[in-house]
Parts: sequence; structure tokens; C-alpha cells
Amino acid sequence: MDGIYLDNNATTRVDDAVVAAMLPFFTEQFGNPSSMHSFGNKVGLALKKARMQVQELLGAEHDSEIIFTSCGTESDSTAILSALKASPEKKEIITTTIEHPAVLALCTHLEKEGYKTHFLKVDEKGRLNLDEYQKLLTDKVAVVSIMWANNETGTLFPVEQMAEMAHAKGIPFHTDAVQAVGKVPIDLKNSKIDMLSLSGHKLHAPKGVGVLYLRRGVRFRPLLRGGHQERGRRAGTENTAAIVGLGLACEQAMRHMHFENTEVKRLRDKLEAGILAKVPRAFATGDVSNRLPNTSNIAFEFIEGEAILLLLNKFGIAASSGSACTSGSLEPSHVMRAMGIPYTAAHGTIRFSLSRYSTEAEVDRVIQVVPEIVAQLRKLSPYWGENGPAEEPEKAFAPVYA
Amino acid sequence: MWDYSDKVKEHFFSPRNSGAMDDANAVGDVGSINCGDALRLMLKVDPETETIQDARFQTFGCGSAIASSSALTEIIKGMTLDDALKVSNQDIADYLDGLPPEKMHCSVMGREALQAAVANYRGVEWKDDHEEGALICKCFAIDAVLIEETVRANNLSSVEDVIHYTKAGGGCSSCHEGIEEILVKVLAERGETFNPHAVAVSKEDKPGKLNNLQRIKRIEMILDSIRPQLQRDHGDIELVDVDGKTIYVNMIGACAGCQMEAQTLQGIQTRLIEDLGEFVKVVPSRTGSYARAASHV
Ligand SMILES: Cc1ncc(COP(=O)(O)O)c(C=O)c1O
Repeated sequence: MDGIYLDNNATTRVDDAVVAAMLPFFTEQFGNPSSMHSFGNKVGLALKKARMQVQELLGAEHDSEIIFTSCGTESDSTAILSALKASPEKKEIITTTIEHPAVLALCTHLEKEGYKTHFLKVDEKGRLNLDEYQKLLTDKVAVVSIMWANNETGTLFPVEQMAEMAHAKGIPFHTDAVQAVGKVPIDLKNSKIDMLSLSGHKLHAPKGVGVLYLRRGVRFRPLLRGGHQERGRRAGTENTAAIVGLGLACEQAMRHMHFENTEVKRLRDKLEAGILAKVPRAFATGDVSNRLPNTSNIAFEFIEGEAILLLLNKFGIAASSGSACTSGSLEPSHVMRAMGIPYTAAHGTIRFSLSRYSTEAEVDRVIQVVPEIVAQLRKLSPYWGENGPAEEPEKAFAPVYA
Repeated sequence: MWDYSDKVKEHFFSPRNSGAMDDANAVGDVGSINCGDALRLMLKVDPETETIQDARFQTFGCGSAIASSSALTEIIKGMTLDDALKVSNQDIADYLDGLPPEKMHCSVMGREALQAAVANYRGVEWKDDHEEGALICKCFAIDAVLIEETVRANNLSSVEDVIHYTKAGGGCSSCHEGIEEILVKVLAERGETFNPHAVAVSKEDKPGKLNNLQRIKRIEMILDSIRPQLQRDHGDIELVDVDGKTIYVNMIGACAGCQMEAQTLQGIQTRLIEDLGEFVKVVPSRTGSYARAASHV
């Protein structure tokens, strides 16, 4: 499909070579890896190779620390619930206010089952306060779960340091690294991270396959019980083709790591600077000096994100928004709210996320189109005057109904 | 991406009557930037006839909010204020060939802006009296406060009740968990515990006492609903007689005497028992072994 795809944090295109590597596993290599015969045996070997490819990208010490799952969400749930079941007497969880719903919704749900979750707050740039974190690390805590990189802003969190702090108190540490894996170097064997989640479709592998890294020796309780697949830690016949694809995608991500952090980053910076230079009353959100190399999240004041996306789409540009309307709720993104981004801007945040397939020409085109779109929508906005925001916009437009 | 109609897209991409109006004599402001939707409706009203000579809007909001505003101005231009007040949010949605259920609140905002503008023109104060709580039902934009109040006022105790009274939960049903939580809370206030297995009061559709004619009509109706399946296999069924609990039918075409007849009859019997709410026996009008087979349920 033609068009400019800048929504790679939502999902990525499966690499052609990855597709090619997967195809035989639907047809000739259809065997069940658990079977004794040679149909199964070959597939078993392919899984072993994929496991090692993932191990390599994560810098894990043992390949048996890699558990294949069905998605990032499953990995997150498995990790957190396992830690809780392993220490039933501990009733507290530490996480952040800006997690992905895969963690956030689970923790809010667990509150109803009698758990106390501490949601670490972030400052206006989306950074955590480690002193606050340190104080919460008590022997009541069953698990800490902190994302490696935020999916909306790309902001990176000091998870290695935070894992050390948890480890010092004997508390298991999980990180949702779904957005980080493949974009920033990871070396688990030299860290104190106990569990890590990743998802295939964020790194040019297919959707519906994920990994839970489980450090050897960490106490574990499976989410799915049944067959002995994944050494009994995740029952259910393996999604063999997708796992083979994920393996190769990890190998490729490893090879592109430098490119991602130089060339992709350069394009991202150019895009962001180009837009901000041309659009007044717009700013980048998150911790811009410490974030994923591919992500730029820009708040456009006094206009609404879904409207921006629809117009971008008309120009063949795909991005996403933290606006309430895109999700069908009335609240804008919890990440923007947590950073204290005012409503006047939070509804108009647009996330551009690049990949190694993004080109200079695409970036130039977006820099050209975005200012026109913003101007067009601001003309419709009751909060915007002739050439800028209405004087004291909140007063200029203060309806009875709020 | 939302499934917007072409009309919605068209009004979003080329909105009619957008921008400020300097000589407006009726202005209605609704919504707020916090909610992500805000609309200012500006009208020029002829004081003699109270007709709307011109209408313009400024909207902060998503695609459907902008399209709804545009549609609203088109609909009301030329109307008298009284007629304009009869325009419902459904009219706005219909004008746009429908809105996704989650976006119906955009058309509601249009209608509210209109009320506010008319109130402004007539010099009365317009107050929206509904208090907003957390959005529970996204399909029909119904919030927790409304559900709570309705549950309290009507002594509701099941999710089905809530659906009937508020519409909340009647769409995709993903908010049933949220509705149950509200029920748990409100029921606790009145010293009851929420029972998720409580059967809703209205057991609809099970006929009460039917007279003979009604009963036969109902049997015919049920057979009619089964008929297409039989016809697909080139068969058919005919009602011959009803004698108390025994229903005599005639199997026609491929069905008559086919090996599957007994099974087919049993299936039909089960359906009739379910729908009539009483035990009946279905018997082919010619007596034979099949009939006996069918009556052994
Ligand atoms: C940070 C983060 N965690 C978890 C997920 C969920 O991954 P999956 O879609 O594979 O369940 C995502 C994907 O959007 C994500 O960005």
C-alpha cells in the first residue's frame, strides 16, 4: 500500500525476509514440535534457533530464559500474576501512572481483588522520581513493573537502576520492554531485571507472538497450564511460524541497532524540528533528550487529534493521537494527563513513530503538510483568533455547559 | 479508524458555514476543551419572523463533531426558532447518514448548542442540568452518574434492568463489568447484595394462557420459521391438526419418508416445546413407526 507510515509504535510492517522464513512453517514444516517423528523434530529445531536469536538480542544468559507467548499483553499478565501467586502474603505492587493498558488495567483490576498498587507519578517531562520509588520498596511489595520505554512519548526509564534497587530489597522486577526491544541495546545478563516482556509486531515480526524473559531461578507460576510446551511455563501448541519469524526479526533488529540510533534518529529529529519551526503553539512532549530514537510526540494546541489524523490520512500520512476521540472515551491520553499537559494541548497530541523503512522524502512531505492541516483546523476552532489563540482562550470561550 | 459515512467525511473535509459571525444575535456555546469537544453556534435571527437567516459555527473537536456542526447549520438555516428547536440529535445524525454509536454524543452537542443559542436570543438562561461522571457505556455515551441515579430512583438490581432504563450496556456489552460495579455499590447502599444470577423480571415472549386459535396461530408461526431450512433440502411441512398435546403434521417432498424424517420431527418438536412453553408431541398425520420414534423424546 502506498502512503507514509509513521505509526510504527502501533505496529510495524513484517520484513519481507521474515515472511519468507515463516512460509514453510505453514506448509512443508507443519509438524508439531512436540511430536516424536521427523515432521515435528525439524520444527523443534527451528524453535530452538529462534529462541537463541531472541536470547542474543536481549543479551540473556541462557536460551531457556526465553518463553514464547501470544503477545506483549500476555507476557505482562503472566509476569505480574506469577509474581503475585509466588508470594501470596505480599499484597503490594509498584508500577507507574504511564504504563500501557496491558499493565495499567491489570493493576487497577487487581486493586479490586485486594491488592494495593502504587502508581509512581511522573513530572512534566514524564520522568520518575527515584526517591519516591525507593521509599515504596518494602517487604510488602510482591512485584515491581516499570516500562522500559513509553509507547506514546518514547521516554526511556532507568529500569536497570530501578531493578538494582528492587533486587537489593529482594523484590522481583518486571519491565514491559515492548517498545524498547529492537530500538535500544539491551543486555539482560548484566542487569538485575527478572522478567521482561516483548511483542513481535513492534519489531517487524508478525502480530500475535511475544516473549516473556524469565531469569533463571526466578520463582514462577504459569498463567496457562496444560501441555509441557515451553517447559511447562506456557502451555499451548507453539505458534511455530510466528516464532520463527520473530527469531529472524530479532536477528535483523540486532543488525540494524546502529542504524536505528543514527539514521532513524536523524530523520525523527529532522521531522520534529521541521514541524516545530513552522507551527506556532506546538511543542514536543516527553523527555526529549532521553527517548526512543524513532518517536516524536507533538502537542498542537487548541485543536483536536482525531481531526488532525483524518486530515493527515487524506494526505496518505498515518500517525496516531492521544486524543480522547480516537479511543471513544472522553478523556485524553492518561500519559499526557500524568505529565500535566493542559487539556488545551492534550487533546491535540500526535505521535509520529518512524522505522528503518522511513525515508527522507516522506519526512519532507510530512513537514510540508502538517502546518497546512493545523492552520485549517485552527480556523475552525472557537479557541483560536485571527493569528493566534483567542486572548485568554478559556475565558473567550466559556460555555455554561462543561 | 471509525467507520464514518461518506456524508460525515464530506462535511468534515469541506465544512459548511464555518468561522466566526460578527453580526450574530444568538450565540450558543457548549462543551469544553477538557472534554475534547466544544462548539459555538452563531445565528442571525430576523427579529420580526424569528427565522434563522444565517448560521455559522466554530468547533474544537473530532471529525464527527465538526461534521455534526456543519450539518446542524445546514439543517436549521431558514427555519423559525420554534421549528429549529424541534430538530433532534437523531435528525442531525440522520442528515449525515448516521454516526458511529460511540459518536452520537457529537450530535447531542449540536442539539444542545442550538438550545443554548435560542435561550441566548430570548434572554433566558440555559442550563444543562446533567452532571457528568465517568463514561461507562461508550456506545451510547452514558456516564456513571446517570446510571447510578437511575438505579437508585427505580430500585434496579440487574444489568438487564439498567439496559432497559438507560440504554447503557445495550450496545457492545463491554461495559457490563462497569455496570455491575455500580449495581454492587448502589445495592450495598440499600443493604442488598448484587446477585449476578438474578433473573430479570420480564420473561418476555413466553406466551401466557393462549386460547385455541392463538395457540394454533403460534404453532403455524413456528413452523413458518422452520420452513426455509426444510425447503433448502427440497422438503416442506404442513400443519394438519392439533389435538390437545398432539400436533399432526404432513411432511412433504424430500422430507417425507426420508431417513432423516424422525430426526427432523424431533427437532421440530423440540422447537415447539421451547416456543410454546408446554410439552407437545409432533406426529406425522399418517401413523407409522416414525411417529413413535419422534414421540420418544
Ligand atoms: C508498551 C506496550 N506494552 C504492551 C503492548 C501490548 O502488546 P501486544 O499488542 O502484543 O499485546 C504494547 C502495544 O501497543 C505496548 O506499546
